[in-house]
Amino acid sequence: MGPVTVAALRGVTFGIEAGDYLSIMGPSGCGKSTLLNLLGCLDRPTAGRYWLGGDDVSQMNDDELSSVRGARLGFVFQSYNLIQQLTVLENIEIPLYYQDRPEDESRAIARRLAARVGLEDRLEHKPFELSGGQQQRVAIARALVNDPLVILADEPTGNLDSTSGAEILKLFDELNAQGKTLILVTHDTSVSQHARRAIRLRDGQIESDVRSESAPRL
Amino acid sequence: MIRTLSLARLRRAVRLGVKSLWLHRLRSLLTVLGIVFGVCSVIAMLAIGEGASFEAQERIKSLGSQNIILRSVKPPEEQKVSDKGSQSIVLQYGLTYKDVKAIRATIPGVTVVLPSRNIREYAWNISRRVDCEVVGTVPWYPEMRNHRVAEGRFFTDLDMDSQTSVCVLGAEMVPGLFPMDSPLGKHVRVGANYYQVIGIMEPRGAEPQSGETAATDKPIAQRMFIPLETARMRYGEVLMRRRAGAFEAERVQLHEATVKVASLEEVLGVAEAVKTILERNHKRKDYAIDVPLEMLKQAEHTKRIFNIVLGSIAAISLLVGGIGIMNIMLASVTERTREIGIRRALGARRRDIITQFLVETVLLAGAGGVIGVLLGVSIPYIVTQTAGMKTIITLWSPVLAFSISALVGVVFGIYPALRAAQMDPVEALRHE
Repeated sequence: MGPVTVAALRGVTFGIEAGDYLSIMGPSGCGKSTLLNLLGCLDRPTAGRYWLGGDDVSQMNDDELSSVRGARLGFVFQSYNLIQQLTVLENIEIPLYYQDRPEDESRAIARRLAARVGLEDRLEHKPFELSGGQQQRVAIARALVNDPLVILADEPTGNLDSTSGAEILKLFDELNAQGKTLILVTHDTSVSQHARRAIRLRDGQIESDVRSESAPRL
Repeated sequence: MIRTLSLARLRRAVRLGVKSLWLHRLRSLLTVLGIVFGVCSVIAMLAIGEGASFEAQERIKSLGSQNIILRSVKPPEEQKVSDKGSQSIVLQYGLTYKDVKAIRATIPGVTVVLPSRNIREYAWNISRRVDCEVVGTVPWYPEMRNHRVAEGRFFTDLDMDSQTSVCVLGAEMVPGLFPMDSPLGKHVRVGANYYQVIGIMEPRGAEPQSGETAATDKPIAQRMFIPLETARMRYGEVLMRRRAGAFEAERVQLHEATVKVASLEEVLGVAEAVKTILERNHKRKDYAIDVPLEMLKQAEHTKRIFNIVLGSIAAISLLVGGIGIMNIMLASVTERTREIGIRRALGARRRDIITQFLVETVLLAGAGGVIGVLLGVSIPYIVTQTAGMKTIITLWSPVLAFSISALVGVVFGIYPALRAAQMDPVEALRHE
């Protein structure tokens, strides 16, 4: 941290309902990443509250936050963030590993989700043997494996060509249709159009919060 | 929220650790080399040292720890005089029958005194010759010196009284004199006299002696025993010896006497008393006192020092090995920052990250320990096979070496593991 304390977010208050599909947009430096880190329980707010599924997450210690991340959140990153030395199946299993789930059970779940994202014939491959789109699908399967309350996606299509990007977004739409709550951080308006609700940030504050009543394109 | 580390979880952590170490096989191997050599050298050196000191102690014990051994020693100043070539001087020195009598009479706690005359001679069987020490002694020699008869019998009081010409050969003499058949019943010639072989002793080798005795006369393994009275009759008290063109005569009554003390506690006290008597009776220092018990204590002391030195070397090499492991683990933590971030984001607690890296370090050090133990156990075996040295691998040395190496893994693994766990997940995820 530098000598000057910067408040990246100020007076941001909003609620998200279960099953919602939310996009957070804004220019770089607007506090998107900070908001995402807070929502993902990777960081704690210096002031203010964050209620997740009835628990005040902002008051939790490091261990409790880890458990919340492991049990209630799913992450999809721009750069996939798969562990290179593990296979597809093993990567999908990681959140369950830290939940102390029995091995054969987590293996079965991982298999099912790999099939769900269309990678049933790539189970034993290493991430570097897969295309970007396939890697991102592994990451989505991993985000689903613990049946989370919320899936947080940070520029999920940022590193992908338009075809793979479209596939990923289609997958998101399907998940939302099945009842998953999605939070999508992006600066791409074509991506944010998939969401039902769009929050625009500017200089650490909410500029607009728009709900489009049109159903997500399926 | 606190969950204990379950066994299944630990097993998975171990599997994960093995996998990640296996991924960098060469690096892992080179990393543990320090531990391997440390552990291996400690076990091997301990085994060799243990073997050597065991042999020394066995030999000292064979002298009898309750014994005090007195030897005649040619006084150094006399030796110089005789070396100058004064041919006709008869040297008179050494233990006397009077000494033995005085010891037996005045010191309580002394059971037997075993006198012996040792004469360096050639023993012959027709044309075969062996350089040996003819030991004139008493019938209870085998029992007192723990030197048993292997075949035949030792001579008896009857042989002593009638001064018979019988002899008992030391096992070391037999191959030189009777390579083909058993010497029992055969005759051996020494000088102009023949002795019938009535027994063979067990092999023993040269007897260990304390420094002062060993300097003047090298002990020799080949020995032949005859009754003391016979020796007295045959050789008298003046011994002629040919030496570098000059004859040399010595008058020595007894070359050796063994004093047996009733109990172990009294040994050192009796040794003092013997010393006092001999000092009073002898003007010069023409005798030496060997106390096997003291030699044993000395040997034990030497071994203790050896063990301390070895322990320090082991500690230093394991320390160096541990630092090597820590170094590599720190590099590995930095290299895997991204992985740590991912795992943290997906629910790993600090504790889980600590476990992961600690397990890896302990596995590394433990594997080094195992390889080291295997090498360390096989090296003494090879030494025994090739150099013929006795080696003893004590049970505790591999166990200790292995547990210390595992401990090194824990100690030197803690810091890198803590470093990994203290990382901020957000920062770690951003790391390229």
